Amino acid sequence: MDKFTIQDLDLFYGDFQALKKIQMKIQPKEITAFIGPSGCGKSTLLKTLNRMNDLVEGCRTEGTVLLDDENIFGTMDVNLLRKRVGMVFQKPNPFPMSIYDNIAYGPRTHGVHGRAQLDEIVEQSLRSAAIWDETKDRLKKSALGLSGGQQQRLCIARALAIKPDVLLMDEPTSALDPISTLKIEELALELKQDYTIVMVTHNMQQATRISDKTAFFLLGEMVEFGDTEQVFSMPEDKRTEDYITGRFG
Amino acid sequence: MRGRFDEQLDVLHTQMIEMGALCETAIACAIKGLLEGDAENATRAIAIDEEIDRMERDIETLCLKLLLQQQPVASDLRKISSALKMITDMERIGDQAADIAEITKLNNVKASDDTFTIREMSMAAIHMVTDSIDAYVRQDLELAHAVIAADDEVDNYFNEAKAQLAQLLGGNPNRAEYVIDALMIAKYLERIADHATNIAEWVVFSITGRHEGENDGHLPG
Repeated sequence: MDKFTIQDLDLFYGDFQALKKIQMKIQPKEITAFIGPSGCGKSTLLKTLNRMNDLVEGCRTEGTVLLDDENIFGTMDVNLLRKRVGMVFQKPNPFPMSIYDNIAYGPRTHGVHGRAQLDEIVEQSLRSAAIWDETKDRLKKSALGLSGGQQQRLCIARALAIKPDVLLMDEPTSALDPISTLKIEELALELKQDYTIVMVTHNMQQATRISDKTAFFLLGEMVEFGDTEQVFSMPEDKRTEDYITGRFG
Repeated sequence: MRGRFDEQLDVLHTQMIEMGALCETAIACAIKGLLEGDAENATRAIAIDEEIDRMERDIETLCLKLLLQQQPVASDLRKISSALKMITDMERIGDQAADIAEITKLNNVKASDDTFTIREMSMAAIHMVTDSIDAYVRQDLELAHAVIAADDEVDNYFNEAKAQLAQLLGGNPNRAEYVIDALMIAKYLERIADHATNIAEWVVFSITGRHEGENDGHLPG
């Protein structure tokens, strides 16, 4: 079954139409990359998948987005939606608290308070995000003392702590050095065994390295969506070819 | 926006044309040397082969630099990867032209009625090399397909030459040296046609993203 089914999705910021009749199906346990020039609508679509755009004034959507066959714009509790669809942002944004509390924050909000249970969630989440070994001896220290790459993996661990189905990543490595970038990419490949990952990236090589499917957006339209290998070796649309080969953008 | 990259691709294109032209000249000299018993042309074919080897290294270096610096995708990637494969075939064509020239210098094979099939065969092989390079230069899919089809013609010439030479040997055991050298020349020409076919197949891949006769031309994962 498709993880997300997007049908005829239009999105407006006031009078401006940011997404036009998007149709796509996102498969579970795959990495789907969204690419396109700035302002093409890729981040807007990403944020629509857990209704982060609801927070933007004047934002209005038409059409449907089904998560496991359930319309996210219908009666679904938005908090529950965001529990199922976690998000990692471009810039690492740990809370100004300890490493432990960063991870425990979400589960506590969802009613988990037992010490042993929280300990287990914290360790499991940090292990899944491949940062346990680097943090296990400093769990009570401030998360702000971690390096940028470590902070980003901590944010991924924080997203995993509430056991989501889907991870949305908005340019998760654009602020990181090459080694940290590779670690996040390796991590994404590990995580896709258990999670559906949707990632916005400006890095073409990153999309070719780790994604299974790639969608190319331009001026609010989805121009092309297909297997990453196909899109980057033999794109069907000339606009895709022109963008990925650097002829515009 | 991608001015530097386009400039580098233009340089690659020009170098490929130059290398292709050298291959044509090498074969032409080797065949002229053979048919006219002209050692000077044979020597020239051998010298051109060395130049072809040098160009192969230069183009290979340029392609690797482009892969490293530009990390090409889509048609750029196909163009560069095809060029890398094509230069190997061109280099072999140069080698085989030089091999023919070496045999010519032994003076066992001279222009005579016996070389009729070899004359026709060499013309067909040169034509295939010229067309395969033209197909690359003009990105001409139709011409590339014509080159691939023409390979059968050269194969037929080879079989014909083999039969002629076998017959000749049967009646004239004293012409063994001629027959062996002529057969080797025929084989080199047949191989040159095979390399021209390979070049044409890489032109097809470069244009369509698919290998000749295959539905799915994706790069291996």
